[in-house]
Amino acid sequence: MVSLSPALPAVPTVVARSPGYWSGVFTRLSRDKLAMAALAILVLIVLMAILAPYLAPADPAKATMLRRLKPIGTPGYPLGGDELGRDMLSRLIYGSRLSLIMGVTPVPVAFVIGTILGVTAGYAGGFLNTVIMRTADVFFAFPSVLLAVALSGALGAGLLNAMVALTIVFIPPVTRIAEAVTTQVRSLDYVEAARTSGAGAAKIIRIHVLPNVLGPVFVYATSLISVSMILAAGLSFLGLGVRPPEAEWGLMLNTLRTAIYTQPMVAALPGIMIFITSISFNTLSDGLRSAMDVKA
Amino acid sequence: MTGPLSPASTRNAESVWPPEVWRAPKKTVLDPRDRGGPAQPLLSVTGLVKHFKVGGSPFGEGTVVRAVDGVDFDLIKGETLGIVGESGCGKSTTARLLMQLMPPDAGRLVFDGEELGGALSLTEYRRQVQMVFQDSYASLNPRLTIEDSIAFGPQVHGLPARQAIARAHDLLDRVGLEPARFAGRFPHELSGGQRQRINIARALAMNPRLVILDEAVSALDKSVEAQVLNLLMDLKQEFNLTYIFISHDLNVVRFMVDRVLVMYLGKVAELGGRDAVFNQPAHPYTAALLASMPSMDPDHRVERPPLTGDPPNPINPPPGCRFHPRCAVAEAVCSVKEPEMAATGTDRAGARHAAACLMRAAGSGHSRAPAVAVPA
Repeated sequence: MVSLSPALPAVPTVVARSPGYWSGVFTRLSRDKLAMAALAILVLIVLMAILAPYLAPADPAKATMLRRLKPIGTPGYPLGGDELGRDMLSRLIYGSRLSLIMGVTPVPVAFVIGTILGVTAGYAGGFLNTVIMRTADVFFAFPSVLLAVALSGALGAGLLNAMVALTIVFIPPVTRIAEAVTTQVRSLDYVEAARTSGAGAAKIIRIHVLPNVLGPVFVYATSLISVSMILAAGLSFLGLGVRPPEAEWGLMLNTLRTAIYTQPMVAALPGIMIFITSISFNTLSDGLRSAMDVKA
Repeated sequence: MTGPLSPASTRNAESVWPPEVWRAPKKTVLDPRDRGGPAQPLLSVTGLVKHFKVGGSPFGEGTVVRAVDGVDFDLIKGETLGIVGESGCGKSTTARLLMQLMPPDAGRLVFDGEELGGALSLTEYRRQVQMVFQDSYASLNPRLTIEDSIAFGPQVHGLPARQAIARAHDLLDRVGLEPARFAGRFPHELSGGQRQRINIARALAMNPRLVILDEAVSALDKSVEAQVLNLLMDLKQEFNLTYIFISHDLNVVRFMVDRVLVMYLGKVAELGGRDAVFNQPAHPYTAALLASMPSMDPDHRVERPPLTGDPPNPINPPPGCRFHPRCAVAEAVCSVKEPEMAATGTDRAGARHAAACLMRAAGSGHSRAPAVAVPA
């Protein structure tokens, strides 16, 4: 039993506390103008998705064959009309819902699963490491787009299957980063010191390994969101994701591609939305990376 | 359980009449965890071996680095044992093996009469043996405050969080860092010397009997090093500790230790009392190592390098005596016969002095070997 000496002095009540690591990260991030602009755009897009029924001027599914492919600025059609005469503005607003769900959801799921696998492989080492990492390597043999297409093709078209396919695509890279960081952290003296105190593996991982591994893996995962958005749109474009008449930016690109010569501006609108969202996630991720890249 | 090692209890013990009864075994009798008495070594190491495989593949055996290749020594209660040697001689591997941070390939550790893995569990052993690492920054978790780092070990052993934090503050105070200023800080906000004090406090938080100091002051600059060394000496008295002090700095070792163990290529070359080893080195390697110490006196400046060449590769150590390729007094027999530890006498404090050199072993065939063995 660890015993306290009888000559224990009174515990000082006032202890000077340094701000924690994460509050420092958020302070630095909030000073990054570019990252804050990206965050503002993303907040607007998310609000747009949530408030779609209140923002959309028209029913996104209401087709009018007489008003097909109206140019931008047509009265009643602020951003023009699509190939079935549906209001583009309303469809873009509604499309943000499915696009965000499909593009964003796979990343946190892959982040959780990949981190668990990677930390396990990195901390356990040996045989378990070989099994997990060589399995991950199999997935690296395929380009991510091809893998996503092949997986969702095998699972069958549909929103959920496309999301599952994207999750599977993103687990191996997250696992690899988590394993690399864990292997590095595990050999540091403070983990050895924790072992000399007799702590079990679960406690060492929770207190000493995870807090030092999550940061870099988290930054990497945020950078995957932009890739995921594009892949999700790509799957819908290929008919492997959302099906018509649902509004989704990737699918809208597909259905409007025949109009690229008659109404190029209208046809490009969903692509512009994907581009803005994707680059905003990327910029925010970059800002987060530099905000976290300090000593300690 | 009351704290056995606090200064308060030491003072009480010394006021007991007659004082002579307490003075002689002062360092050991006060510890209620003591089992074997002062004559029982605190730690007895026998045949410690660690070989690392390198370059192995699933299809072929790699080569083997003999990092630690049969180390034996006894650690006397209350002493400071210095372990010295060149880089790569196995000092740090020995420390990690003693700490059970890696499994030894062979060897027994007997702690105060109880064998580790037998009567003594690893958890119990680790409560009594702690380590301070060289790199003060890498040995503190950057995401934990100082008090949480120190309190982690006691909490693992079931001390409630509030008491563990109180203990951390107490220890911060004892290592000379004001708790109110430092307890809530993070490691990167402190200097190297301050961080090493925290690492010492973290080791002491477990209330250990043995502390292994693996190059604990080597990374500090000289003025800070001196402060930390003095602190270590004070804490040793205050907490009734036994130290294993690993260092490549012979001046620091001479200042700190009671006995010296010289390692060469994974083996013990010489073991003896500090003054005996520093004044009459029995092994030519020790003599060369001591001669490599820069002299403060310009008239005694060393003109020739005392040792030439790097230590031989531990993957393929030379046959016979491992030191013979670099030894000035090596003879033909040295490349054939592997020397055992041979006693060369005892110093005034009664410490046995022995060296693994054929010159010291009677009848070894070396021309300088004594005719009759020195009794151990």
